[in-house]
Amino acid sequence: MKAKMKCNKSTLSSMITIGMVVAAYVIIEILMKAGLVSSMLKGLLVPVCVYVLLAVSLNLTVGILGELSLGHAGFMCVGAFTSAFATKCLAEVIPSKGLCFFIAIVIGAAFAALFGFLIGIPVLRLNGDYLAIVTLAFGEIIKNLMNVIYLGKDSTGFHLSFKDSMSLGMGVDGVMLINGPQGISGTPNVSNFTIAFILIVLSLLIILNLIHSRDGRAIMAIRDNRIAAESVGINITKYKLMAFTISAAIAGVAGVLYSHNLAILQAKDFNYNMSILVLVFVVLGGIGNMRGSIVAAVILTLLPELLRGLSSYRMLIYAIVLIVIMLFNWAPKAIEFRKKHSLKNMLPKKASVKEEQ
Amino acid sequence: MALLDVQNLGISFGGLRAVDGFNLSIEKGQLYGLIGPNGAGKTTIFNLLTGVYKPNEGIIKLDGTDITGQRTIDINKSGVARTFQNIRLFKDLSVLDNVKVGLHNNHHYNTFEGLFRLPKYFKIEKEMNEKAMELLKVFDLDKEADYLASNLPYGKQRKLEIARALATDPKLLLLDEPAAGMNPNETKELMDTIRFVRDNFEMTILLIEHDMKLVSGICEKLTVLNFGKVLCQGDTTTVLNDPEVIKAYLGE
Repeated sequence: MKAKMKCNKSTLSSMITIGMVVAAYVIIEILMKAGLVSSMLKGLLVPVCVYVLLAVSLNLTVGILGELSLGHAGFMCVGAFTSAFATKCLAEVIPSKGLCFFIAIVIGAAFAALFGFLIGIPVLRLNGDYLAIVTLAFGEIIKNLMNVIYLGKDSTGFHLSFKDSMSLGMGVDGVMLINGPQGISGTPNVSNFTIAFILIVLSLLIILNLIHSRDGRAIMAIRDNRIAAESVGINITKYKLMAFTISAAIAGVAGVLYSHNLAILQAKDFNYNMSILVLVFVVLGGIGNMRGSIVAAVILTLLPELLRGLSSYRMLIYAIVLIVIMLFNWAPKAIEFRKKHSLKNMLPKKASVKEEQ
Repeated sequence: MALLDVQNLGISFGGLRAVDGFNLSIEKGQLYGLIGPNGAGKTTIFNLLTGVYKPNEGIIKLDGTDITGQRTIDINKSGVARTFQNIRLFKDLSVLDNVKVGLHNNHHYNTFEGLFRLPKYFKIEKEMNEKAMELLKVFDLDKEADYLASNLPYGKQRKLEIARALATDPKLLLLDEPAAGMNPNETKELMDTIRFVRDNFEMTILLIEHDMKLVSGICEKLTVLNFGKVLCQGDTTTVLNDPEVIKAYLGE
């Protein structure tokens, strides 16, 4: 299998991307063992991973499927809430925390995928700006829906209300599981860097393998020319939905990590600012370029935190850095420099003709 | 029996009668030309044949089966492939991948096998690569297999479109102005390629073209369209000498 992989340029590119992530993980683990990582940075590791996952997932929709989605925070929200809810319910039944978390991840991903599928059916009939606006609306709908759910449990079973906690009418032994705008509190803090790393590698493998498979080619063909894709027998609806659903599922996984890293999970965190932020990572890293998304997500998540010392100037500097990077990133000189010093040149391969993910 | 049999095809866009009472019968292995002045309805007929538009009336039969009103992808699966007047390649995919998209429906592995790279993935991908390279070689594109489609010169883009259409393993190939924008040398080369495709792939070809040198050079039969109606139909030489055709095409 090794030999087969070597002869394939696209596989090579995927391996570089994944190798980069593995290397980053190993280096940070070593630094942590050596005690060289500040506690602030340690606290940022999981959030950074969450944003990396979101960025690659959104890049699948924006770069590979070619549709601008502004509602990604919505899918993350679904993943976060369903998994946190599952963890709280399962905590009594399943003693093993690891197993419990694993099930939570599966549930979070599955529900986010389900929402992606259901929302995708109407949304993917649209194109371009219209699609972007509608996804924005759906993202907000999900957020607001989560904001009004009151769900409690007592000896008689579950109680659900969309009004307030009083109208649940629970018995004396009742516990609130989801408390409207106050969200879910007391989710066990089980997300850690290693699990986050494994999830990133898995998601990357899935996305990169998808891109280089028959289905991925069909998805990109639709992106490049819908009419031509149809003329060679590609089922447009099927492949658009496939990409959108996988993308939503990975955003859901990011949500799971997020919710199991916080003491209090509130729906208001998943507003459109979050979606836009992730879109910034994707655009900055290069649309369709997974490696770029990862780097952009890491840098732009760490930057505001590292600038915390500058207090009120923090966001100003962040914004300026953003503009400067955006301008210089795609300057012809910068592109030339990247090509010249690309990792690919160090490998015994003929010069690559195209930019790859 | 004719491979393609079209009877009384018609479509209106609002008040405009774009195609009216169109009949066409193409035998297997024939090289058939569809000509006519601009706006005569030639591309509309292609769009009707490939299911982009649904006809208001008429029947389209391919190899004896009725394909009228079917979806584009089903018509492609039944065996009709086409190229476009304004080139429609998958511009950000490599030349090889463009052809592999064409092979999509004939080489199958499921999503799961693709995502987790099971043995079948490698086997089918290898088959696809070989098949695609074989096709590219026919069109002398094999050296550019790794290029992005948008980086190909114009003439080669046209050829790639034909290669992609052939990858779907059609019975009938529709070429919409294949020589548009080509210089005389490229056109000559294209004529050889079209003939080669017909002979080696045992293909039936229907083409729209304005270049009379190409039409008279390779087409065996012609249909002339004017204002959505058939003006004249028959052998190439007879049709091109028909006074009505000359009048419609070249003016008085």
